[in-house]
Amino acid sequence: MNPSLFKSLGFRAGLVSVLIFVFILAAWHAATLPSRPAAAPTTAVSAEQAEYDKLMGKSAPAAGEAAKTTGFPTLAQMGDTIVKQLSNPFYDNGPNDKGIAIQLAYSLARVGLGFLIACAVAIPLGFLIGMSPLLRRALDPYIQVLKPISPLAWMPLALYTIKDSSISGVFVIFICSVWPMLLNTAFGVASVKREWLNVASTLEVKPLRKALKVILPAAAPTILTGMRISMGIAWLVIVAAEMLVGGTGIGYFVWNEWNNLSLTNVIFAILVIGVVGMLLDLLFARLQRAVTYVE
Amino acid sequence: MEGFLRVEKLGKAFVADKPVFSDVSFKLDRGEFVCIIGHSGCGKTTILNVIAGLDTASTGHVFMDGREVAGPSLERGVVFQSHALMPWLTVRKNIAFAVESRWPEKSAAQIDEAVRAAVELVGLTPAIDKLPSQLSGGMKQRVGIARAFAIQPKMLLLDEPFGALDALTRGTIQEELISIVRKTQQTVFMITHDVDEAILLADRILLMKNGGETSSGYVPGGVAEVVVNTLPKDRSRQTLHHLDGYYELRNNIVDFLVTRAKHH
Ligand SMILES: Nc1ncnc2c1ncn2[C@@H]1O[C@H](COP(=O)(O)OP(=O)(O)O)[C@@H](O)[C@H]1O
Ligand SMILES: [Mg+2]
Repeated sequence: MNPSLFKSLGFRAGLVSVLIFVFILAAWHAATLPSRPAAAPTTAVSAEQAEYDKLMGKSAPAAGEAAKTTGFPTLAQMGDTIVKQLSNPFYDNGPNDKGIAIQLAYSLARVGLGFLIACAVAIPLGFLIGMSPLLRRALDPYIQVLKPISPLAWMPLALYTIKDSSISGVFVIFICSVWPMLLNTAFGVASVKREWLNVASTLEVKPLRKALKVILPAAAPTILTGMRISMGIAWLVIVAAEMLVGGTGIGYFVWNEWNNLSLTNVIFAILVIGVVGMLLDLLFARLQRAVTYVE
Repeated sequence: MEGFLRVEKLGKAFVADKPVFSDVSFKLDRGEFVCIIGHSGCGKTTILNVIAGLDTASTGHVFMDGREVAGPSLERGVVFQSHALMPWLTVRKNIAFAVESRWPEKSAAQIDEAVRAAVELVGLTPAIDKLPSQLSGGMKQRVGIARAFAIQPKMLLLDEPFGALDALTRGTIQEELISIVRKTQQTVFMITHDVDEAILLADRILLMKNGGETSSGYVPGGVAEVVVNTLPKDRSRQTLHHLDGYYELRNNIVDFLVTRAKHH
């Protein structure tokens, strides 16, 4: 093998990452070693059997059951749950028992919708604020007061006025993602270089074309930074919001599995939330890179 | 017809009662190349911006081709000191943006043709699909010039276009500018702080004085002297120094800048 491979930083970092992972698993295993070596009853049940039980409406004696009896779940139970959840992510057994993919889809749909509405409001408004010092001053006090409000504080008001928990969730996502986008858009637009605007002026470019062809690309990196921050916050908030209003979504899944005392499912959901959050961030990092320019 | 571009009693005050310059009047004939030279802060850029329509004067008027300048116009191409290229667009798209603005009715093929012609004019065809960040300072400034020429303006305004370039690059681009201007018979108003550059390029050189406090109170700046360049039209960088009258001309301007341009 190429010896320089071992010297590369990427390889060594990867190696350390793997070692940390192994260490965590080992620590977990050590901490959950059973006092008596008895196999969990669930392992005896084949996947087909469990499936059948579920289809028959019998509540599956899932890993949660075992967790209840032995305290914190063991690695084997955890692995079992992961395999089970991932092998059938789309099942729907009524309100309190849906596959992880379905719950994720609910959460992502809420986040996506709230985020899109926030974009539709924040970007044009940010443009106006960025271009008009008058509007910037006039709206500043509102923004300063509204921005630090925890999005969840809006929940009761949203539930009362909208009277729909799902739409209230969307509203909460909207309200939390609107601020970073608004402020970044306004800042990006306000700091577009004078010289580019002068070029557009000397070319007698019409206002709309100027906005789309000069200001938007010039401010795009800043705007996308705002979008990335917003998406990060939205993904944090959706879990809390869904825990609060219940019904569907990954946040509700966590809450529901906690009520079922199924820690393996809770841990599984936590991992999924982390991975999906990372993927969303990666997506926006990509977009950000695509619009960034070198001066 | 009295002068293609007429600047009449122009004055600009950022601070009340202390105008940077006042009573600036001069004319440019069609096809004339005029340089303005003066210490930094005397108001050269402000004058150019007013002519461009990017800034407004406190007093006075600017007329081009018989009409008063009331705002920026495609009739006046501007080359900015800092090239002002859009960094997210390639050379081709930067110039296409200008060409599309000038002739919105042109087809994509016609626009591209005009773009390629402009790029060829400044010898940048091999770099046409590069981003500004991939170009040297001299190349960027060439793109700025190509963009200004591409819209076929009635006159060109250049604000220290070569200020940031090294001497060698500067020389090459100056020669290019001369040949393009001769070919196109452009009317040019250019700011420079390089005396040789002014002598090489300009038919006339306006010498500008800074405003400042004197024993008898504040005196605004303005155009103090106008030097007519009597050197032969076909002068070039190489022969400039050997021409009769070159040193007289140069000494006169340098002397103005050193002793007369500022209040002491
Ligand atoms: N927007 C502005 N506000 C206040 N003062 C300005 C502004 N623009 C230019 N000035 C002042 O006007 C003077 C002339 O500026 P400028 O035209 O840029 O000079 P030059 O191009 O000859 O170096 C300078 O003293 C500068 O400080
Ligand atoms: Mg200047």
